[in-house]
Amino acid sequence: MSSETFTAMRQSIVDGASSISAELARQSIALGIDPIQAIEQGYVPGVNHVGEQFAQRKMFFPDLVMAGEAMKAALNVLEPELERRGETRQMLGTVVIGTVKGDIHEIGKSLVAIMLTAAGFKVYDLGVDVPYDKFAARAKEVSADIVGMSALLTTTMQGQRKVIESLDRAGLRPQVKVLVGGAPVTRQWAQQIGADGYGANAVEAVAVAKSLMEHRAAADAGAPS
Amino acid sequence: MKPVVQLLNQTAISRILSEALQLLQIHGVKVRAPEVIEVLQSVGVQTTDGVARIPEHVVEKALESVPAQFRLFDRAGNPAVQYGGDEVHFDPGSSCLNILDADAEEPRLAQANDLVRLVQLTETLPQFAAQSTALTCDDAPKEIGDIYRLLLVLWYSQKPVVTGAFSAETLRVMLDLLRAESGGQEALRRHPRAVFDVCPSPPLNWGEFGAVNLVDLARAWVPAELISMPLAGAAAPVTLAGSVVQHAAESLSGIVIHQAAQPGAPIVWGGAPAIFDMRTGTTPMGAIETAMLNAACAEVGKSLGLPTHGYLIGSDSKALDAQAGMESGMAAVVGALSGINMISGAGMLETLACHSLEKLVLDAESIDSAQRLARGVNAKAPSLAVEMFAESFAKGGFLKLESTRQLFQSEQHLPSTVIDREPLRVPGETFVSRAHARVEELLASYERPPLDRVAEDRMLVVVEKHARAAGLEGWPGIKKSGVLR
Repeated sequence: MSSETFTAMRQSIVDGASSISAELARQSIALGIDPIQAIEQGYVPGVNHVGEQFAQRKMFFPDLVMAGEAMKAALNVLEPELERRGETRQMLGTVVIGTVKGDIHEIGKSLVAIMLTAAGFKVYDLGVDVPYDKFAARAKEVSADIVGMSALLTTTMQGQRKVIESLDRAGLRPQVKVLVGGAPVTRQWAQQIGADGYGANAVEAVAVAKSLMEHRAAADAGAPS
Repeated sequence: MKPVVQLLNQTAISRILSEALQLLQIHGVKVRAPEVIEVLQSVGVQTTDGVARIPEHVVEKALESVPAQFRLFDRAGNPAVQYGGDEVHFDPGSSCLNILDADAEEPRLAQANDLVRLVQLTETLPQFAAQSTALTCDDAPKEIGDIYRLLLVLWYSQKPVVTGAFSAETLRVMLDLLRAESGGQEALRRHPRAVFDVCPSPPLNWGEFGAVNLVDLARAWVPAELISMPLAGAAAPVTLAGSVVQHAAESLSGIVIHQAAQPGAPIVWGGAPAIFDMRTGTTPMGAIETAMLNAACAEVGKSLGLPTHGYLIGSDSKALDAQAGMESGMAAVVGALSGINMISGAGMLETLACHSLEKLVLDAESIDSAQRLARGVNAKAPSLAVEMFAESFAKGGFLKLESTRQLFQSEQHLPSTVIDREPLRVPGETFVSRAHARVEELLASYERPPLDRVAEDRMLVVVEKHARAAGLEGWPGIKKSGVLR
């Protein structure tokens, strides 16, 4: 029974069908399926599939966004159940994300937020036109592991440097890693401003975020990075 | 509303046809084949010293019997090309002697294996509804060059073929080859697989084998495609309109010969008109005026209710460069918006002297873009934007709408990896490297369409006698495992 349900859950994500993913989540609770199992064995494989297909240009932005929405719809049902059971889902990390001050472009940043959520990160999306210091304040408040910043304009990408300076001033670096992206942003720019990672697209951003977490875990364990 | 390129109004078309008829009556056409002269005399055309002066009523009668449309079929007997109306199809350029390798600066003489690769590549590209006998192979004797290239195309492809013969004798062998592949004359007539280009010599001249081929094709009920080639300023009047008049006169004379031989046989109002470059003496196939000539000639043919053909998308550039992209892309747009039924010329460089597989995949992208433009803007939905805005506000963005996911691939053409739309530069990557990678990827995906071994045997039997007489040893381009003897 679970296997069929997990297959249906995976498919609901691939189809980007939010109403179905939520309904399956409700059914799984009624059937007594462990919500963590539902997430890890049902929905996450769907997200991974869509991400892989997107990377191969076999699925597209609307598929990615709708898959993320379907994942969000399922989590909205399953997370209260987790809380009720007193269980905690092991998250990959905590991310604070936003588009820097002066810039109101949302799509790229939201895509990254959706994909990070779907991949198992706890994401706090600050929205667009976010004041520089707000990133540091929120990161401190939620004990973020990563701060992600988007900028779509050459004028506003300078703000990414200011956010890093703000994180420095707040004493959050180097524990809090910085991930940057956006149309004019390059790997070179990321290095120049002292960011820890750069993602050319949402799928790459997730991979870089995972890699940053692995490096940090290795460093925490005292292993050579 | 479908966008169209229209260069002539009805008044202009009437004047063009009127002057074309005057040319046929006053100057006539030189016909260098006595048996074709007899055919013309049988329908009331008077001839003097090999010059046939064709009166208007004879032209009108011929036009009455020409089919307004016909189809070419693939090997399996499925209709694959619609001649007539505004259907637009493309095929690679034809009869080229040279090929440019991706990593070479100079072209080299094409071999049978090059034609095989080009046919295989064309087979994988849906942008090309038909194959062409694109290369003349240097490793096949010249006496059977046209026969052998058709054998290779039929061997490796199931798409219809745009081809042509180099002599009256070889045409008959090529027709036998098609019959062998199709399963006989009746099967070939019912499901024609090939159309044969037949060329008058400008101005107003029918060479012996061209005229005889028209008659033979008509009697075999195998479609003929007229390829009138006025060269504006050199072998035709310098004005575009004057060259279109000549094209019309030559094409009408071809239709009269053809329909006199067999009323009702299928024939195409086609051509390869071009301007003549007064500085270099070349015939620039990438010139915008050449594209305009093709479009205008097709408009005249369409006004007569005839199937049409043009020769476009070839470039004059010697390399895969910006000029090649510019010329071919513009011509693809003109051709597609002109509603020309068959547009030949893709893959060609150096004023049709050189073929390139990488150019073929680039041209496939131009064709896709041109076809997208030809589909126009669809404004028929009950709500164009208001409903989507309402839903977008409710859901938080257009990317979250099912309609976005459903419709984007019909609204937006997604090019292949040949076209660079990546956000970032890939070090060392160039257009040529992408095109070459695409060529190799497509060739790796090619699978030879099944061909009945009995049909294979029949085809080889047709060619073998002529091949051995011409001194051919072995079957270049055909794998040993496929050879029956």
